Amino acid sequence: MAYSEKVIEHAENPRNVGTLDKEDPNVGTGLVGAPACGDVMRLQIKVSDAGVIEDAKFKTFGCGSAIASSSLATEWLKGRTLEEAATIRNTDIVKELNLPPVKIHCSVLAEDAIKSAIEDFRKKQSAKRSS
Amino acid sequence: MSLKFPIYMDNHSTSPMDPRVLETMLPYFTEHFGNAASRSHKFGWTAEEAVNYAREQVATLIGADRPEEIVFTSGASESNNLALKGVAEFYRDKGNHIITTKIEHKAVLDTCKRLEKQGFEVTYLDVGVEGIVSLDDVRAAMTDKTILVSVMLANNEVGTIQPIGAIGALCKERGVIFHTDAVQGVGKTEFNVNAMGVDLASITAHKMYGPKGVGALYVRRARPRVRLTAQIDGGGHERGNRSGTLNVPGIVGFGKACEILTKEWRDEARYVASQRDRLKEKLFAELDECHINGAWGEGRRLPNNLNVSFSYVEGEGLMMAIKDVAVSSGSACTSSSLEPSYVLRALGVEEELAHTSIRFGLGRFTTEEEVDFVARLVIDKVKKLRDLSPLYEMAKEGVNLKDIVWAAH
Repeated sequence: MAYSEKVIEHAENPRNVGTLDKEDPNVGTGLVGAPACGDVMRLQIKVSDAGVIEDAKFKTFGCGSAIASSSLATEWLKGRTLEEAATIRNTDIVKELNLPPVKIHCSVLAEDAIKSAIEDFRKKQSAKRSS
Repeated sequence: MSLKFPIYMDNHSTSPMDPRVLETMLPYFTEHFGNAASRSHKFGWTAEEAVNYAREQVATLIGADRPEEIVFTSGASESNNLALKGVAEFYRDKGNHIITTKIEHKAVLDTCKRLEKQGFEVTYLDVGVEGIVSLDDVRAAMTDKTILVSVMLANNEVGTIQPIGAIGALCKERGVIFHTDAVQGVGKTEFNVNAMGVDLASITAHKMYGPKGVGALYVRRARPRVRLTAQIDGGGHERGNRSGTLNVPGIVGFGKACEILTKEWRDEARYVASQRDRLKEKLFAELDECHINGAWGEGRRLPNNLNVSFSYVEGEGLMMAIKDVAVSSGSACTSSSLEPSYVLRALGVEEELAHTSIRFGLGRFTTEEEVDFVARLVIDKVKKLRDLSPLYEMAKEGVNLKDIVWAAH
């Protein structure tokens, strides 16, 4: 299948690859997908006390479109508040990367990863408050 | 010699045409354009003569006694359809049971499925982790209703070579017709229809440096005489086995491709195996966690096949990273069905690993320089993608990936 230029660009030069300390209370980690399905994304956000995403990192096992979707997601997350981050939809990713129908699940996975990272961060925060 | 991109390492899919083949074909497009079935003039006679010469060239390569045992078709899918449907229909009164394996090409498997709908019973044998069917399993599956056994000479994904001679002998003993889809193996490994007791064999020109759109079905005419019900009706070409005007230039090229292989296949197999081994050794020297899918070793795998899983790196992602190299993958993402390779599944390769498999198919025109370039590129990109892989990081931290409850999606 032919990839869009944007997918190729992200896959060849992925942004924000890396690992944040998952024990850090200000870090939220989302790990979604399954090796048996051929794609796993781990997306992490570091959130300031003001609720703004200061940093975002990812690692992805998957095809070029999955790598590009998560790379793009980390770019979009930085500088956003958690509320703004939660509004990112997979359809936005599909549009930006020109993903073909067979690759839409990659964008869905990226949206799930964002939500899962936010949820993990919120859980940690409420655990901190209640302790 | 400088490298030309992209580098072709997908010779199981198709092979480039040998220039010697093209040269032989060219006059048959222009001055010798006749219809081989035209009996009344020189144009037809010339074409018929060329077709019969090609028939001999094909027969020689596979060790057939007589050229008339070669039925020209449009390719191996048609040959497989004709063999299975033709035998099933003709011998229906004798029995309704067919034995095959789970790793056959879709042209065999889907034909079997259609026959099942028509009341035939089909046994699909397992092949085990080696990707080689066991003779005992074939024997055990036979019943007094068995009319046909169809087992491929070599598999198109993992290149494993099946025990054709032994199965042929068993079929002779039991009076069962034996068909082999020899597409991937002929001209790359030992193959002789007489020595191996083969009654029907499908081959195609484009996997052996000939043109696309032409193939053959070998149909044994003595000891035993195998009969088929034709699947295409019309002018009664090919002794009534396959109507349709013959593709004369294609057949001429097919013949030439067979002639070249008859002379050169052993040297070529040695050369290709040495390049394939060079590629494997280089990859395995620098990369950990690589797994060969299927049996390894001379006589057990085609000399041109390397099917390897690079753990923690998804196959399509890797193919995109090495886009200067044409290979294929058993990853789900490369298929429209999003299902990983059924062949790897039949070998018991876990889905995790199936997603990371890459098939390298080397060939006559693969150079050492290309092998070295591909090895370097794959090593670099696998390392890069492992740095990008959460699974590789977790595995290195000692996390057992099997302990994690993954949400299947």
